[in-house]
Amino acid sequence: MNANDIISPENLVYAKPGLMNDNYMHYCPGCSHGVVHKVIAEVIKEMGLQEKTIGIAPVGCAVFAYNYLDIDWQEAAHGRAPALATAVKRLLPDRMVFTYQGDGDLAAIGTAETIHAANRGENIAIIFINNGIYGMTGGQMAPTTLSNMVTSTSPDGRNVQMMGNPLKILDMLALLDGVCLATRTSVHTAAAVKRTRRMIRLAFENAMAGKGTSIVEVVSTCNAGWKMTPAAANDWMVENMFPVYPIGDLKNI
Amino acid sequence: MSEEISLMKGNEAIAHAAIRYGVDGYFGYPITPQSEIIETLMEQAPWKTTGMVVLQAESEVAAINMVYGGAACGKYAMTSSSSPGVSLKQEGISYMAGAELPCLIVNVQRGGPGLGTIQPSQADYFQTVKGGGHGDYKLITLAPDSVQEMADFVGLGFELAFKYRNPAMILTDGVIGQMMEKVKLPEFRRRRTDQEVREQCPWATLGKTPDRKPNIITSLELDSARMEKNNERFQAKYRLVEENEVLYEEVKCDDADYLLVAFGSAARICSKTIEMARKEGIKVGLLRPITLWPFPSKILHHYADRVKGILTVELNAGQMVEDVRLAVNGEIPVEHYGRLGGIVPTPDNVLNALKEKTVQK
Repeated sequence: MNANDIISPENLVYAKPGLMNDNYMHYCPGCSHGVVHKVIAEVIKEMGLQEKTIGIAPVGCAVFAYNYLDIDWQEAAHGRAPALATAVKRLLPDRMVFTYQGDGDLAAIGTAETIHAANRGENIAIIFINNGIYGMTGGQMAPTTLSNMVTSTSPDGRNVQMMGNPLKILDMLALLDGVCLATRTSVHTAAAVKRTRRMIRLAFENAMAGKGTSIVEVVSTCNAGWKMTPAAANDWMVENMFPVYPIGDLKNI
Repeated sequence: MSEEISLMKGNEAIAHAAIRYGVDGYFGYPITPQSEIIETLMEQAPWKTTGMVVLQAESEVAAINMVYGGAACGKYAMTSSSSPGVSLKQEGISYMAGAELPCLIVNVQRGGPGLGTIQPSQADYFQTVKGGGHGDYKLITLAPDSVQEMADFVGLGFELAFKYRNPAMILTDGVIGQMMEKVKLPEFRRRRTDQEVREQCPWATLGKTPDRKPNIITSLELDSARMEKNNERFQAKYRLVEENEVLYEEVKCDDADYLLVAFGSAARICSKTIEMARKEGIKVGLLRPITLWPFPSKILHHYADRVKGILTVELNAGQMVEDVRLAVNGEIPVEHYGRLGGIVPTPDNVLNALKEKTVQK
């Protein structure tokens, strides 16, 4: 018996989004990236934007995002995705241009590019995965790492006197006149995934309507980097990340 | 028939030539001595006429990455800066070389190192032709010596960049950027349509159409075996450029006993020096490399058994002289004369150096 014998058409209630290909994902089991990729694929498909979308991949765990969604992609240098997106959208104003960036990429090395693209109100969508850690390089401290959180470069916990405070960059971005949507979501429950899908769709609609910059911050887990099981990582996120990075709209106009 | 002749600065000529060539996007950040390029573009407002995008970026880093984004869409994208700003662009240049993206970068050099001076220099020769950014790559490098060539090399730079899918640079300096000369600007060309870009650049990320696989622009390849293949492909391309695209100018080289080798503003000074030398009976010619990479090594080697010695003249401490020495391979003496820190030598200075370092030896 193979999978097709079980998944007969009358039993099929859910399928992989058409835009996602069959490449094996490199993400760790339990990681939030896969869910967000799937949501993006679904939204592009349902909006009929496959031929109009250009994605900009970051440096970080999502560096290979271009391997999984069958759209045109550009791979940016670390932190520079909003600069690439700026040029792409200005040169191709009828396309849907989005960046997909982690916390190190967007809120450390790429802070200038992020803030200035948003301040110019570039008509792009920024999907921001905030898991409070550098996953790709093996669990170092990120700008968004919580106080006292243990990482490989803050082995005794993040000492904010010595290492600075968790950077609430979405709060900063929400202040900018160029930003039309600044919202925090998560993907740890079915309801949370549904809200993330709504917000990503709204961000893509804003980009196409020329309303300015939309940022969807997905507060995420990195169970491998956090050294927890996926279920424990979800609980830890709710308990520790949400108080610092509360879910909800900071700006939605 | 009347030719349309204008009087303008080299920097202004670059801006006008870019609009006329049909450039799609300029992304830059102000820095002396090249700010006239973005100022002229903003004053001309080509977005109202040709549709060209002109954007003042938040940094040189952002500007070169905007060029990456535009180039990845198959567009004619360019930036300009001066030495300290071009140092900041090296990351982006390396990524574009790795992703095989065509673009044009203008470096109107000033004296360094560090913040240095705003006066002219040619001290970024090594940075430009020997790497600058990380990894094994080459930058097609054009060195104009007049306002006319500033205008002409915009089109030439894009042609070569797109022919080989590689970044190209106009390496000039504060003299050529700031001086005013007569110039005949190129004819207006309309910008390419999206359809034309799709046909000319099937690799461009313009949105995936059903008839092809996704286009992915990246310099990343974790598999070393494949990364070596990529590098071998780049190197094969570089050898092709070296074979086919060398440009240089020879002035009074036929009967010369000695050769001056100089590029850009230094070559302009040397063209006066050879007249002065010949009045004194010293038969000197000038060989002016126009492409600094690919370097005109073959023609220099050709002169190795025809002249008694070579003096390279540069506004630096001796950079191109290394490539001249490699080209003649020890067959004749090659000396260097240079001024540093933004000082521009006079034709007299060069003549004296020629007598001291080369003729009297």
